[in-house]
Amino acid sequence: MKPMRAPAADLPLTFDEVSVRARGVTILDRIKLTLDAGLPTILIGPNGSGKTTLLRVAMGLLAPSGGRITWGGREHASPDRRAILFQRPAMLRRSAAGNIRYALSAAGVPRAERAARVDALLTEVGLAGLAKRPARRLSGGEQQRLALARALALDPAVLFLDEPTASLDPAATKGIEDIVRSVTARGVKVVMSTHDLGQAKRLAGDVMFLHRGRLIEHSPAEDFFAAPRSEEAHKFIAGDLLV
Amino acid sequence: MSGDNVSALQLVLSGDPELFAIVWLSLEVSLSAVFLAAVIGVPIGAAIALNRFPGRETTIVILNALMGLPPVVVGLAIYLLLSRSGPLGEFGLLFTPEAMVIAQILLVAPIIAALARQTIEDLWMEYHDELAAMNVGPFARIATLIWDARFSLVTALLAGFGRAAAEVGSILIVGGNIKGFTRTMTTAIALETSKGDLVLAIGLGMVLIAIVVIINALAWGVRRAGEHYAG
Repeated sequence: MKPMRAPAADLPLTFDEVSVRARGVTILDRIKLTLDAGLPTILIGPNGSGKTTLLRVAMGLLAPSGGRITWGGREHASPDRRAILFQRPAMLRRSAAGNIRYALSAAGVPRAERAARVDALLTEVGLAGLAKRPARRLSGGEQQRLALARALALDPAVLFLDEPTASLDPAATKGIEDIVRSVTARGVKVVMSTHDLGQAKRLAGDVMFLHRGRLIEHSPAEDFFAAPRSEEAHKFIAGDLLV
Repeated sequence: MSGDNVSALQLVLSGDPELFAIVWLSLEVSLSAVFLAAVIGVPIGAAIALNRFPGRETTIVILNALMGLPPVVVGLAIYLLLSRSGPLGEFGLLFTPEAMVIAQILLVAPIIAALARQTIEDLWMEYHDELAAMNVGPFARIATLIWDARFSLVTALLAGFGRAAAEVGSILIVGGNIKGFTRTMTTAIALETSKGDLVLAIGLGMVLIAIVVIINALAWGVRRAGEHYAG
């Protein structure tokens, strides 16, 4: 496996009154948060609550309309040590190995080291036998794992996952969760959105609950699930339809 | 008429040197033009696909319109440029195969650029977020998109080749249809038909159609193989 790198320069990640508005609609409303190294931060909330937008802003793909974001105290830090797994990742028109090789090259990994890293990453996500298969012909679960390997190829300090198991069966979901645990163990900070409360309980160090673009709660997982402070989170956990 | 067809076939099968010199020159001119037009047109298409700039919509409309440039008008323009008294007259290119290649580049490059723009823009929509997340720089983005779209771009090259191989207007004007030097299949067919020598005209017509079919079959094979290999 790859060596552990120095503590991430991209952490802590802070949002200071961050808002995103598009065409008169407020998608994120004055979010304040700080994320630091440690167990995964799980982002939950109903559809349209702003989870994906929050992850895109945190990744640096989308500039906020108001407020500021800092990565390790710096604004406008280039995303060298951040990676994201989109909810519907695009597969490059190359083989599975070719997709990872591309990410390694984008991350500036020397050519001589790439082959070994490709093998290690494919093995880590359980795709070692499919290296030569065109990526677009893999199954949905395999594509998701390949996209995860591609994100890990960037050797991120912070890894954002946008509902990575939304369309996967239990076995494939377990595969992704195992990888989340193992990368967390090597010191990668995972920030992940999910609709699956069981998954949130299994993985979370802390939970952020988002509703209508506002961060309603951000607390340690045990506290959140035992005694949510807000009415909305209470309903959400109880399984009531929150609209 | 059927007698002419038989004689034409005999002419083709006998490997008549005059006929094959004409075929060879035609291929040389059209393939060179397509190659150079691709070198010019694909990066232009990619640049338009990836960038947002004032007048972009107008540029796309003009580019699409240029796909229908009348060959005789292009021929006339190049003629004026290359003629002895024209701005590029000193190079003595008029009535040479090079002049024909230049004229065909002008006809083919807009087709390749316009089709490449569409292909690359579609792929860009799909790849945009991933490449941004991987922090891929602007030139590497273009290279990635062209590379990953390469099998779809074959279609654009084919359309360009179809245009080049079939047109007669521009190369007749700037090449002059000089026997053994600038006489191509299309200009020869036009000339022989007007002279009444239908045998050579029909023979060349058969060869021209066969070549277009073969080139399309090759391109189809390349595309299928590419899809199998790259998905």
